[in-house]
Amino acid sequence: MSIDRDTVDHVALLARLALSEQERETLREQLSAILEHINVIDTSQVPATAHILPLENVMRDDKVQAFPHPEVLVEQAPAHEDGYIRVRAVLEHE
Amino acid sequence: MPELWQLTISEASERLARRELSSIELTHAHLDRIAQVEGNVRAFVTVTEEQALQQAERIDRQRSEGARLGPLAGIPLAIKDVICTKGTRTTCSSRMLEHFVPPYDATVIAQLRAAGAVFVGKTNMDEFAMGSSTENSAFFATHNPWDLKRVPGGSSGGSAAAVAAGEAMGALGSDTGGSVRQPGALTNTVALKPTYGRVSRYGLIAFASSLDQIGPFARSARDAAILLQAIAGHDPRDSTSVNEPVPDYQAALTGDISGLRVGVPREYFVEGTEDGVRQAVERAIDTLRSLGAEVGECSLPHTRFGVAAYYIIAPSEASANLARYDGIKYGFSLRHETDDLIEYVSLTRDAGFGTEVKRRIMLGTYALSSGYYDAYYLKAEQVRTLIKQDFDRAFQQFDVLVGPTSPTVAFKLGEKLSDPYAMYLNDVFTIPANLAGNPGISIPGGFSAGLPVGVQVIGPAFGEATLLRVADAFERATDYHARWPELPGARPARKRR
Repeated sequence: MSIDRDTVDHVALLARLALSEQERETLREQLSAILEHINVIDTSQVPATAHILPLENVMRDDKVQAFPHPEVLVEQAPAHEDGYIRVRAVLEHE
Repeated sequence: MPELWQLTISEASERLARRELSSIELTHAHLDRIAQVEGNVRAFVTVTEEQALQQAERIDRQRSEGARLGPLAGIPLAIKDVICTKGTRTTCSSRMLEHFVPPYDATVIAQLRAAGAVFVGKTNMDEFAMGSSTENSAFFATHNPWDLKRVPGGSSGGSAAAVAAGEAMGALGSDTGGSVRQPGALTNTVALKPTYGRVSRYGLIAFASSLDQIGPFARSARDAAILLQAIAGHDPRDSTSVNEPVPDYQAALTGDISGLRVGVPREYFVEGTEDGVRQAVERAIDTLRSLGAEVGECSLPHTRFGVAAYYIIAPSEASANLARYDGIKYGFSLRHETDDLIEYVSLTRDAGFGTEVKRRIMLGTYALSSGYYDAYYLKAEQVRTLIKQDFDRAFQQFDVLVGPTSPTVAFKLGEKLSDPYAMYLNDVFTIPANLAGNPGISIPGGFSAGLPVGVQVIGPAFGEATLLRVADAFERATDYHARWPELPGARPARKRR
């Protein structure tokens, strides 16, 4: 079973990938071919394992720890100004 | 008399402690070796010569002032370029992070610095650790020192090749589905994936968070023990690191494995395992038997479903982890004038990621998308339970399980690039230990037509000491780990003239 082109386009939008035509066609064939290998085994009676450690809710105090040079973090951004990261508008405005 | 770059860490650290050797000499020997062979091997994305010499000098000075230093003080190591090193760029072999200089150290790096290790460079890898051949690096392919026309395995192929070629005495890699053990097998190095949670993942650039684990490459079990000792332990900065006491790993290297119960999973010797690999592993098992191990057959019946489950779980986690690369906060950003945020982010990601990374992001996004979750992701997690139950049952009867690390020896560059699923099957015997969280080690187990064969020893959770004991006992009975590949242009005499 291969998936249709609309599904590939939808998933590419969700993944934020501006894929080329050729990439979309290749993935249309590959995605389900790779994923379908799982559908040869009946797991209806099996509980799921998300994580192998018997850890639950590891808690710590919500204490502020100062990072020594926060400006270094901001300077990693491709566009920054006066210690702030420059971004394109997220919300529409009139 | 071996060359300095041929010493093991334990041999070199004894000589350093006796002041018969300086870290500067040892570091120069490795930097010279890099200069000689790197043109053929291409293990490193970045060689940090200046930093290495400074670190070496500092250690020599401390030693001359009478400081008592540990076994890694002054030892040249290589670090996979997925582990953050403060002030040294960390690329993940991706255009996306080509110019990324981390503002902090990973916990394992802080631990190695505290131990006095010398960092000679950052090693090549499959982009974002996705691959089994190191051909998915956005920069260049790494070549196997045992045959330069073949791959070193992956994704930690640069670390493996660096240790195999004598460019570093040991290295760190990361193993999500076999990315330490499989390149270890293909390059004749000792390669250990610890139990999930044994080593902190803080500062390891995330691929699949429920599977990723940092592990060492070395040329002996003792060296692997020394490296694991330095990096194991609980870290408050990684809430999945486990607060279990860390045993003395070198103390476990008794050479005695008499009475050890060794299980041989029959599913690891099926169709797809090359004859040469099978024969070498069977000889290795005979060696373990001759050392007093009690060998019996066992079954891990769900092995063949591991790859299918892994290629749902790992891409799903990756699709979430890699969502952070948006061209805004750090990393690659496309110069493109648009006010449309989604368009800008999507174009940046398309240009910044390579084919395999995009394929996995798409796989994961699809598997997690509305309407498909139960069919794929949930089902894969159910298979994960079955694989864990396989191991739990086997370890009721056996202390360790032994089989091949990889179904094949090193394959030719380009051979499997066009068929992603064929490439994924390289990890059929390593993936189960990631899905179940168990530790596994690949040890030099013999040769097939001149190419190394790795023997994998899998243990119960936190059984690293036993794995290292088996590896060490096997080394005492064999000489495979001590063999060197012949590299062109690598004659030390030539350089001195």
